[in-house]
Amino acid sequence: MSEKIKVENLHLYYGEKEALKGIDLSVKENMIMSFIGPSGCGKSTFLRCLNRMNDLIPTCRIEGKVYYGGEDIYADKYDVARLRKNVGMVFQKPNPFPFSIFDNIAYGPRTHGIKNKVKLREIVEKSLCEAGLFDEVKDRLNSSALGLSGGQMQRLCIARALSVEPDVLLLDEPTSALDPISTEKIEELLLKLKKDYTIVIVTHNMQQALRISDMTAFFLLGNMIECDDTTKMFSSPTDKRTEDYITGRFG
Amino acid sequence: MKKERLFKVIFATSALFSVVAVGVISIFLFASAIPTIAEIGPLKFLLGTTWKPGSNLYGILPMILGSIVVTLISIIIGVPLGIATALYLTFFASNKVKKVMNPSVELLAGIPSVVYGFFGLMVLVPIMRTVTGNGKSILTASILLSVMILPTIVTVSQSSLNALDPALLEGALALGDSKERAVLRVMMPAASSGIMSSVVLGIGRSIGETMAVVMVAGNQPRIPSSLLEGARTMTANIVLEMGYAADLHREALLATGAVLFVFILLINLSFSLIRRKKK
Repeated sequence: MSEKIKVENLHLYYGEKEALKGIDLSVKENMIMSFIGPSGCGKSTFLRCLNRMNDLIPTCRIEGKVYYGGEDIYADKYDVARLRKNVGMVFQKPNPFPFSIFDNIAYGPRTHGIKNKVKLREIVEKSLCEAGLFDEVKDRLNSSALGLSGGQMQRLCIARALSVEPDVLLLDEPTSALDPISTEKIEELLLKLKKDYTIVIVTHNMQQALRISDMTAFFLLGNMIECDDTTKMFSSPTDKRTEDYITGRFG
Repeated sequence: MKKERLFKVIFATSALFSVVAVGVISIFLFASAIPTIAEIGPLKFLLGTTWKPGSNLYGILPMILGSIVVTLISIIIGVPLGIATALYLTFFASNKVKKVMNPSVELLAGIPSVVYGFFGLMVLVPIMRTVTGNGKSILTASILLSVMILPTIVTVSQSSLNALDPALLEGALALGDSKERAVLRVMMPAASSGIMSSVVLGIGRSIGETMAVVMVAGNQPRIPSSLLEGARTMTANIVLEMGYAADLHREALLATGAVLFVFILLINLSFSLIRRKKK
């Protein structure tokens, strides 16, 4: 399997405060990698480095290299819009636009210049199918997305992310606001999507990391302590701090 | 328990006050306006093109058109300017810029309308005079009004934009969208009902404004043939002649006020209908 994302010695500062302290990591394609760690350990911040969402924070400064498909995404003149098209993101709280279901999914393709109605319809249906939502909403594509349940909204957001044909999907605690049944649906969906996409997921739920991910990285206080096969990390972690965290001694 | 009920009564009475005020004003206006309009003749009053109290001619069509045109143009100028300002302040301005701009916009709201009128007279009218006529015209009044309604549009739009979840913007950016497009295509539509309210308030302010308009609009009670000609609004009609009017003349001015009131009711009604339809 080839390497999709490679991070070398990444430091991130909010003003004077160092939030990420030299992270090295590589993510191979067609697998699920999960980031675990206590709140404030930097895992979400790190995730947002991978599609440059931290650019929006004025005081944020980054050192080190992040390669996507072999290209340094923090290089001058790197096309951020193209990066974000290729590296999609799903957020903690479902954030559908206050439009119809159709327009939510069509937003991305329209952004990238697709105007043809037939083509848009095709993309919308394909994305909703991929996200396992099509059968539930096919009769009401033109009604507001805000009428969906929380779990459906989150799958809509996944479908929206898939609509621009990314190959990496970043998910920032996508199920933390959802009930167990919706969570299970999303986990099943991610396992299915793995064969076409590379998935990086931040989660607070260690069981979730164990259930779905191939690799797990453990973050603590801005450092990445350990990154290994999920089964290996949960059965025999090499670092004492990892063991303490996954056995529930802190965090 | 008793105390809670007492407070409930106090709150309910306070709330009732504005309803009663609207009721009393409407009754007063229509009680005197309806007989007057009947006496003059509804068609002669509303569609009559000549206002000559001396010859018993009370046609207020020129004033109705004056109010509509002046308001419309002030909205055409002021609304885009106001919304653009709100978008800029909410999504693009640095904190430093906001610190200067927000208080200035609020200050703009606090300037008395007679001061606006004076400014219009001293600055705007001479500028307009270089274009044509004596400088007092529909366009002059509209430009002045568009500045006067800016604070309303900016602050109301801004507060509805600020109330939006920033995650919406992030969601659009994460799809590879540019910030400018995301603001226009996601954030602005998401705040549309708040922005609509700001427009209604702006129209209300514009059509009801009196002092500043009287000072720069020219006030000729006839139907103008171009935007560079002077015109008289309904509000101006009332304030200019109320001081000396008597009998039917005075009643006709009150009836003009009633027509203005109906206009404002219609504006509020149509916008609340639009908003309900959207939901």
